[in-house]
Amino acid sequence: MLKRSQYIALVLVVLFILALFSQSDRTIARMKVAIGGLFLPLFGLARSAQTVTDRSLAALTPRAELEKQLEALQRENQELRVEAARSQETQKENARLREAFALPKLVPWRLTLAQVVGHDPANWWKNVRINRGSRDGLTNNLTIITPQGFLVGRVAEVGYTHSQVVLLGDPACRVSVLVESTREHGIIAPSESGPIDNTLVDLKYLSANGVLQPGQWVRTSGLSGLYPKGILVGQIVDSRSVDYGLHMEARIKLAARLNALEEVMVVWP
Amino acid sequence: MNSINACLVLSATLIVVFLQSTAVGFRNIVGAQPDLLPSLVVYATLTSGLGLGTVTALCGGLCFDALSHNPLGISIGPLFAVALVIERYRGLILRDQSYAQFITGVAAGAAAPALTLLLLLNTDRTPLVGWSSLWQWGMVALVSGVFTPAWFLLFGWLAGLLSYETMPDPATPSNRQIKRGRN
Repeated sequence: MLKRSQYIALVLVVLFILALFSQSDRTIARMKVAIGGLFLPLFGLARSAQTVTDRSLAALTPRAELEKQLEALQRENQELRVEAARSQETQKENARLREAFALPKLVPWRLTLAQVVGHDPANWWKNVRINRGSRDGLTNNLTIITPQGFLVGRVAEVGYTHSQVVLLGDPACRVSVLVESTREHGIIAPSESGPIDNTLVDLKYLSANGVLQPGQWVRTSGLSGLYPKGILVGQIVDSRSVDYGLHMEARIKLAARLNALEEVMVVWP
Repeated sequence: MNSINACLVLSATLIVVFLQSTAVGFRNIVGAQPDLLPSLVVYATLTSGLGLGTVTALCGGLCFDALSHNPLGISIGPLFAVALVIERYRGLILRDQSYAQFITGVAAGAAAPALTLLLLLNTDRTPLVGWSSLWQWGMVALVSGVFTPAWFLLFGWLAGLLSYETMPDPATPSNRQIKRGRN
């Protein structure tokens, strides 16, 4: 049997939890933002400490190493310039053909850089926090990619200065994709290997007669309307027939390294 | 409730939640993010009773859920349950012994996430659970067990630094001899 004071504490806590659960989603979201705001100075402090450490390390890098890096970057820059010029020609040709066939014009994406400032402390969600919020114009369901252009996930909750991004492999992040070479459509779902592995996801609901080979690239199909078409998701590792041959499933190795996210890009459609 | 101890525990609660959100080294190596809140609740309840245990569960649960995708308030119940059970059997737990602290920490670290998951499965959200969750569960319980005696050491040391040193009463020295008799 509990003592009287323990009963009082129990009743008070239960009433508090019930009061929280009875609030509307909007109120709860505001409360989350308010409580999360307590940690903003700590997030800022952590960011500043990291910047100072990075600068100190950069100052310690020997001149010869920096010159080598500069040379490599200059070479890469030249190659990218040539590639950009070539892709500009392709874009123009694409625009001319779209006009000729009366297809709607492709709208180029607008990108905003954001820094990853935190991860979900719980083991059963795959989420990260980024330092962009409604102050920067973010809204729910905006696509998030890495600076290299690989799909990361989508914005799930927006605060004033920070937002929560749900990552690929979370049950709340299902993406309609297609296999680049065969144009087979499927849905990205959490991996059956569980929450530990951040590199693999499952590609489900592929047609039974699809030809799937390891190494084939998978991109967003644009069918869901949430994610723009053509964003690289990953590569097929292996495939198997499921549900007595009714359809196929494949394991996808994600192109984005979700364990090592530091900067991401918000895609504005 | 000792006010210095309460302040230290509540400050530690905020720092622990923040670190769990930002430090991902352990998660990248072992595959599980340690949850230190149950061990803090164990420490708070064993040293200061249900009052501080409840406040730690409330603050820790709210902050944890605010930085997580969890529904706000869902972690409070399991943490409070840990505090309530420990308070109920407080007299039977050898709270000065490190092994008892470790075992209590392991039990709390195993119970809190399991209860939270149980509650989550009854909401509209689908948590990511698989066979590897058992490994995560074991690691979280183990880390919680390791940290419980560590909290006792850390807070004992900090309380010693921040509080006045207890001086012996000069009027009654401990080596005083009481002579009885006529002489």
